[in-house]
Amino acid sequence: MDLIRLDNIHKVYHLGEVDLPVLKGVSLTIDRGEMVALTGASGSGKSTLMNILGCLDRPTTGQYWLDGEDVSPLNSDRRAMVRNKKIGFVFQSFNLLARTSALDNVMMPLTYTASHLSDREARKRAVDLLNLVGLGDRLDHHPSQLSGGQQQRVAIARSLVNHPPLLLADEPTGNLDSHTSEEILRMFQRLNAEEGITIILVTHDQNVAGHAKRQIVMRDGLIESGFFNAPDVKPPPIPALRV
Amino acid sequence: MRAVVRTLKTATIALRRNVMRSMLTCLGIIIGVAAVIAMMEIGHGSSTAIQKSIASMGANTILIMPGTAASGGISWGSGSTMTLTPDDCDAVIRECSAVRNAAPIVRARSMQLIYGNHNWIPQQITGTTDAYLDIHAWPIADGASFTDRDVRNSNKVCLIGQTLVRELFEGQSPVGKDLRMGSVTFKVVGTLVAKGANMMGGDQDDLVLAPWTTIKYRVSNQSSGGIAQSNAGASSSAASDSVNTLNQVYPSSANDLYPQLSTVQQADTPKPVRFINIDQILCAATSGMAIPQSIDQVTAVLHDRHHIHSGEPDDFTIRDMTELQKTMTSTTTLMANLLLGVALISLIVGGVGIMNIMLVSVTERTREIGLRMAVGARSRHILWQFLTEATILCLAGGALGIVLGRGGSLLVRVLLNWPTEISIPAIVVSVLVSAMVGLLFGFYPALKAAKLDPIEALRYE
Repeated sequence: MDLIRLDNIHKVYHLGEVDLPVLKGVSLTIDRGEMVALTGASGSGKSTLMNILGCLDRPTTGQYWLDGEDVSPLNSDRRAMVRNKKIGFVFQSFNLLARTSALDNVMMPLTYTASHLSDREARKRAVDLLNLVGLGDRLDHHPSQLSGGQQQRVAIARSLVNHPPLLLADEPTGNLDSHTSEEILRMFQRLNAEEGITIILVTHDQNVAGHAKRQIVMRDGLIESGFFNAPDVKPPPIPALRV
Repeated sequence: MRAVVRTLKTATIALRRNVMRSMLTCLGIIIGVAAVIAMMEIGHGSSTAIQKSIASMGANTILIMPGTAASGGISWGSGSTMTLTPDDCDAVIRECSAVRNAAPIVRARSMQLIYGNHNWIPQQITGTTDAYLDIHAWPIADGASFTDRDVRNSNKVCLIGQTLVRELFEGQSPVGKDLRMGSVTFKVVGTLVAKGANMMGGDQDDLVLAPWTTIKYRVSNQSSGGIAQSNAGASSSAASDSVNTLNQVYPSSANDLYPQLSTVQQADTPKPVRFINIDQILCAATSGMAIPQSIDQVTAVLHDRHHIHSGEPDDFTIRDMTELQKTMTSTTTLMANLLLGVALISLIVGGVGIMNIMLVSVTERTREIGLRMAVGARSRHILWQFLTEATILCLAGGALGIVLGRGGSLLVRVLLNWPTEISIPAIVVSVLVSAMVGLLFGFYPALKAAKLDPIEALRYE
């Protein structure tokens, strides 16, 4: 079953008098449990597609099914709820709250929807995730007391706190050295393999893209290659999330 | 509920992240509220002091006069009938909540006072109770006031004004000395503080105060009602036995012109009972504002006591000090408006400060807002977070401001000796207003934050 299905997505920006088409009819499916790299030169529409995939933006025309739900017509508040429940974000610059402990950073997304969770449950969930990314001993550290790789791992824990089926990583290793990058990519692979989380890596780095099972290459607002699943990859059965 | 708690928590965490900025933001409100509280307390104190001094001029007094007698189309002017009794005065004190105190007044015509080889005719000889001093806020300079017991026993004691002290006693202490008023000897028990001239230029210190019973029954059986009284006193020996009258001073009524009446005869032919009337009742309302209310209450009580039905003419008239009262009211209003103006200006300045810093804060935290939106915060979450932050800042600033303002007004009282007065409404209002300022001036920045586009906010450098 596919987690993501894009059907003939167009995105046109209106810059004053001029219409600037950025996506010109993108169709795409991504199954559950896949690990996909979205690559392309700058200006290819990669970021725009990522924003639409992340429900941060709406397509001008076309339909987008995420987890069986058509999210393309939703208004911004409904999209915010979809983002909260179904999508975890990892950014190039980590985007952690300064002067806030790792634990509070991880718990932050729970503020907005998880009112069914008690404070203790929320805390337990965050601690478990920090343990999962190997930072169980740094719960009270502030971002400034953590290395880049550790910060990115806190960000990954934060992105997983609502148990989303989809993790969207935008240049996750762009600010890291090659050794740490490798560590982080391994972690993505592990999460993908062990937790069954669908991961989309948005990158222009071929080395990073190589860690994914499938590469989608964008060019001039269209997908150049990688429409389909590589034949040798079997989507694993969806295991329950361990944490 | 949990969402509210989490919003509060998020806001406090965000404020704690930048303590210095939070403190600086608060400062505007702290100073604003402190200024409001201090100004209110100092102003309130001054206002009360001013009101008190105007009140001591008689601004909140009302005067109840007996009604007008008219015969053959000629009106004899106010005070020409005798309708007020000491019981009326007691009833007014007892039943009128807007009346702070009331004193009966009996006036005697001026007569010569003699002490040693000095003599003087005072402008006023007034019989009253010691409530008179309370109503006029007139302190005793030396000695003590006469008491209720002196009034009951018509003791021959008196208080004198400073003019008399100067003229009769040449400035020496008159307390304990005896002076003579006509044929009656009075012991001076105290002197009154100098008041100077009244608004019409009359000397207020040129007076003698004595128990009204003494003035009425010992000094002036000629005061209004004196004829009726002396008739009654002469004819009804049963009544005159109970009160000291001039009959004892001049025991001249030696032989009865008429034979004694038996009890049955007395019951069959009722004689006019000695009519204890007083000339005026002086009342003090609880405040200048309460004067109309106290007039209404006094009217109702006297209607009831005098059996006057609605529509019938009153047998009394009530006067108030309209001019002084107007002065007092306008002074109070002026003070209140002045304080309000100062309060508003300082709070608005504080509010603008909050808005400034919140706007800076929104710009500075654009990425955080973008991130929060990306992980699922809806616009209203962002709006509420910033509103809550602004409100918390304002309330905290308000609390600190109250403490500071109280401290300031205390300092002023201790160091400068100004009268200050704690003002509970000022505290309540400034807390409410500071919360309002937080909401009002926090709203624009919060709205700006809530309207950010998450994509651009995330990309913001």
